[in-house]
Amino acid sequence: MKQAVVTAAALVLLPLAAQAEGTVNMYNWSDYIADDTIANFEQASGMKVNYDVFDSNEVLEAKLLAGGTGYDIVVPSGSFLERQIQAGVFQEIDKSKLSNYGNLSAEILAKVAAHDPGNKYAVPYAWGTTGIGYNAKLINERMADAPIGSWDMVFKPEVVSKFADCGVTILDAPSEVIEAALKYLGHDPDTDDKAAHDEAQALLESVRPHVRYFHSSQYINDLANGEVCLSVGWSGDVFIAQARAEEAEQGVEIDYYIPKEGTVLWFDLMAVPADAPNAAGAHALIDFMLQPQVAADITNYVWYANANEASWPLVDKDVFENPSIFPDEATLANLFPDKADSARLTRTRTRMWTKIKAGL
Amino acid sequence: MAGRRRPLTGGAGKGAVTAIPYAWLLLFFLAPFAIVFRISLSEPLIAQPPYSPLFGADGSYQGSFFNYDLVLTDEIYRLAFLGSLEVAASSTLFCLLIGFPMAYGIARADAKWRLVLLLLVVLPFWTSFLLRVYAWIGLLNDTGLINTVLQDIGLIADPIRMMQTQFSVQVGIVYTYLPFMILPLYATLERLDWSLVEAAQDLGCSATKAFWKITVPLSLPGIVAGSMLVFIPAMGEFVIPALLGGPDTLMAGRILWDEFFSNRDWTLASTIAIVLLALLVVPIVIFQAAQQRENR
Repeated sequence: MKQAVVTAAALVLLPLAAQAEGTVNMYNWSDYIADDTIANFEQASGMKVNYDVFDSNEVLEAKLLAGGTGYDIVVPSGSFLERQIQAGVFQEIDKSKLSNYGNLSAEILAKVAAHDPGNKYAVPYAWGTTGIGYNAKLINERMADAPIGSWDMVFKPEVVSKFADCGVTILDAPSEVIEAALKYLGHDPDTDDKAAHDEAQALLESVRPHVRYFHSSQYINDLANGEVCLSVGWSGDVFIAQARAEEAEQGVEIDYYIPKEGTVLWFDLMAVPADAPNAAGAHALIDFMLQPQVAADITNYVWYANANEASWPLVDKDVFENPSIFPDEATLANLFPDKADSARLTRTRTRMWTKIKAGL
Repeated sequence: MAGRRRPLTGGAGKGAVTAIPYAWLLLFFLAPFAIVFRISLSEPLIAQPPYSPLFGADGSYQGSFFNYDLVLTDEIYRLAFLGSLEVAASSTLFCLLIGFPMAYGIARADAKWRLVLLLLVVLPFWTSFLLRVYAWIGLLNDTGLINTVLQDIGLIADPIRMMQTQFSVQVGIVYTYLPFMILPLYATLERLDWSLVEAAQDLGCSATKAFWKITVPLSLPGIVAGSMLVFIPAMGEFVIPALLGGPDTLMAGRILWDEFFSNRDWTLASTIAIVLLALLVVPIVIFQAAQQRENR
């Protein structure tokens, strides 16, 4: 009998033990890691990594809420993670297994705590801003004294109308854009006040006729090709457009700025699903990502800031000293996190967004 | 003689053969439909899964039709359904206008050419659907092939805005679904008894009149089948408007996506899906009933 129990236990435990070595399944944003990060980890750890990519928080969330994704690490953004924690999707991070956790900047962890109180469920992967990418030449041709550096470029109809012919695009991200509009109008971005939302809706509707499309990734290529000239976009994505434009050598030059009125500061965070098949492997990979050199390599490659203070001396000078990537204290003070909205506020904002987009 | 011949399949065999499609329908249509319908009766929750259970902890039923109330009374959904209806109806019409002459041409072509021509209709399927829609972006863009060529030959000074308009969506849908119109049309036209048309002409009917009096009525089953194959998927189309459409292309498929993903409201998304299905099934059922009455 005892023999049988031992055998059964061995049969049950063996696969688990093997798995801690075995395979780690990571689901990350597209274009979001250095070429050799995964290969280096596989070599160092002997584990195999299935690296899979997505391009929208919504798609990731739908999978997580349905459950049984089979992923060990996923990388949602702050406001999405916040709600997913409430939904009970994640397991707590075991910091005792993360020898490099101390490399993280205490200041940034404190900001992330707005989404994940006590930093219990998530480890910062990268962070950035929602700002404005533009084609300097096309803008300059149409308006020599364009208010670059300000939300006026997009939120003032008399300004944005000048760029309608060369193409204006806005992220299809209701919460972020509405919060930026609220902040621009001098309201608290997290307000659920009806009058403030009406005002934001009127502002966005006044701009809407000059917007070519609302999309969250199409603008990367279109900016790079000169197909559009002004995009509300995510910092790193605009830098990707900038790099692609340079590679193409068609004379297109793309720049990015953080609007001075303040904008959304967002975080992409590594988290481990509650039903992850290989939580131990997930912790090993997260710990690897926290090594200063690994984190610096990723930042140098994707041009998104990281939260790994120990890696900062290793980050290329032109990346680290670019205030659009690593903003200075004064700019940082003006940025706000995109807090998760209540179900009711989400519904209000999505419906408002649908109306704005459709021009109703 | 024929009456005495025993059917090849006996009672049990026949039952088994007809059971397969029913089992298929049950498994891949009715069961998912039941799940979607069940979700549509719930309220959204922040949980996994993100909707309320149908029965409370004490076993009491707590489903409701309030989502249907919202979908049927709110103008956004009405406009989205109307938008889809408009695009689907005009796409069907264009497919018919383009597809009928093509199917007619193939059916009347020399027998040795027919296979080649049919193959040409089907050939695009060998390339991924997504890739073919993306190719249209390269054609219709401001800096795309059509605008560049027109500018180079001096026909236009500034590019014509075609992408992200209603036009690009229409082109994408008509292009994608055209084969689904041509194939059933061809199938009926190919089996059409052309001697009837010849007889009409022999008896003094003009070619145009014979076409409208003989060919069109006889090919009606093909027209109906082709129209349904285009209309039904076009109603729920999401990918083409998402890739080619502009912000003002309001269609049911996109609203459904928004509710499901942006709003994470699975219950409302399910409701829209059910309403869309009802909108499609009801006319089909009416049509079928009318046809059966006619046959009797």
